Amino acid sequence: MIRENPSQSSVGSGSIDPGSRFAHSVGRHVGERIIEVLLFLAAFSAVAVTIAIVAILVFESTEFFKHVSLVDFLTDTQWTIMFADKHYGVLPLLAGTLVTTTVALMLAVPVGTVTAVYLSEFANPRVREVVKPTLELLAGIPTVVYGYFALLMVTPALQWFMPDLPGFNMLGPGLVIGVMIIPYVSSVAEDAMRSVPASMREGSYAMGATRMQTSLRVVVPAATSGIVAAYILGISRAFGETMVVAVAAGQQPNFTWDPREPGATITAFIVQVALGDLPHGSLEYQSIFAVGLVLVLMTLFFNVLGHLARKRFREAY
Amino acid sequence: MSNDPQAIRRLVVLGRRYDRLFAIVGMMAMMVGILTLAVLLAGLIHDGAERLNWDFFQNFPSRRAERAGILSAIVGSSLVMLITAVTAIPLGVAAGVYLEEYARRNWITEIIEINVTNLAGVPSIVYGLLALGLFVYALDFGQSILSAGLTLALMILPVIIVSTREAIRAIPGAIREGAYALGSTRWQLVRDHILPYSTGGILTGVIIGLARAIGETAPIITIGALTFIAFLPPSPVTGDFPFLSFEWLESPFTVMPIQMFNWLSRPQAPFQVNAAAAGIVLVAMTLLMNGVAIWLRVRFRNRIKW
Repeated sequence: MIRENPSQSSVGSGSIDPGSRFAHSVGRHVGERIIEVLLFLAAFSAVAVTIAIVAILVFESTEFFKHVSLVDFLTDTQWTIMFADKHYGVLPLLAGTLVTTTVALMLAVPVGTVTAVYLSEFANPRVREVVKPTLELLAGIPTVVYGYFALLMVTPALQWFMPDLPGFNMLGPGLVIGVMIIPYVSSVAEDAMRSVPASMREGSYAMGATRMQTSLRVVVPAATSGIVAAYILGISRAFGETMVVAVAAGQQPNFTWDPREPGATITAFIVQVALGDLPHGSLEYQSIFAVGLVLVLMTLFFNVLGHLARKRFREAY
Repeated sequence: MSNDPQAIRRLVVLGRRYDRLFAIVGMMAMMVGILTLAVLLAGLIHDGAERLNWDFFQNFPSRRAERAGILSAIVGSSLVMLITAVTAIPLGVAAGVYLEEYARRNWITEIIEINVTNLAGVPSIVYGLLALGLFVYALDFGQSILSAGLTLALMILPVIIVSTREAIRAIPGAIREGAYALGSTRWQLVRDHILPYSTGGILTGVIIGLARAIGETAPIITIGALTFIAFLPPSPVTGDFPFLSFEWLESPFTVMPIQMFNWLSRPQAPFQVNAAAAGIVLVAMTLLMNGVAIWLRVRFRNRIKW
């Protein structure tokens, strides 16, 4: 740390009164401290936001679980909080979230990985310079626009192949979320592959391996933990995605594993309740915080997994 | 493996063929994203272009689809973005400067860093829940422009912090050593050197963050924004002294993505044309902002040679 030292500043300044110079130096020091404290508070706001999120979710969830038993919440297969006969089972919402996420990953993982291998190992650098930002634009499009795309363009196109597909289903939104997270997967996976040292590739080529053998048997295994981190980033994005599902999946909690049926995710349910403008303090109001807590815990789980994967990746070289 | 030259040649040819095959598969995978983007844009324009005329920008929402417009949504979005920018930029830049230039390597810094990373991964709707509990009810800001702006500010804070840190980290240590050697204090170094040199990188992050905020729907719905707003918030500029009014902060509002969601969730086809038209405007705004950010990034990367 470098800091000015008040007692050591007397070089070439004979004309200035030492007393006022000392005062100036102290004033400077105090000002510096104030600025440092302000900047620290700004940085600490990140911690404060986390604490506030956890506090609010836990507080409202506690209120919710005073009325609903945790066992019912985790085992009941119906979520009918908006109806007269109320059931509070989170499983249908969880199933909806898992179904759309799985559909999304089945598209994004293969496409994102192959894109990353292609951009990192095969493509001309100039192609990469153009394609990477273009793919990032996919992640920049507002999610409600993707909702439009899923409801009015993808689902009708799917109905062409599957005439029985209902207008609201989880397949269309799942596929659209998949396209949406391709850039997350491909960009992080490509960075991981590009950070594999060139000497490993050179060694492989020197042994007479082809480009494909080098990519798939040397580069991809060496970058595995980075690629896994990319998948986990994609999973946590798909989990938290709200608008596509809220628009195109039908907003009906439905305990099914069939993506062709309508359904609701945790996020879509929160939107549905919020649209109904429920009174502050009601059980419905508290329920969105309870399912929100489930969502945060699951995202946190995946973030920790991603952190561990990245840590291993860093230690590789 | 045999030593027969013919067999080896066949192997080489086969290897080349597989290489070419994989290159084609890779290019197709790459095109999935790009083609989807193209189809999405073309479809939106095809569905919504007929509604895009001057009236659409000047009208309030209406029960008659043909006469409905996005005036209140555009004004609402602009005012919400103003609050978001005014809050998130100073806070995020200050936090980034602290973490790069001031923070000591200790456990508090580590906790802050872990929190910034985690917040970047929190789903946007969770910020909506935070805002519903904190801003709308605990602090009693109501379902207002102020609540919405602050919510989105918290959401994009990690983006601004991370891009500020990256921009500052790219400044070589010699600049700092030179400033300290001339007797500058830490704040003088930050104000006169660090901030000016990192402006390009910070600006890129700010624009990407605001582009995300302007398209964000879920947290705003969660705080309970109304969707049918046929009036404008009170004007911030008034005729009487002191000529500035902050009544608009507490006003109900709607924003572009919410207006589009509202039209999209109606079953009648004419409203879906409106939704497509609103989608075109929304996509144009976010693509423009992202394009400017990419352009800035390339420009500053090419210009600065330390």
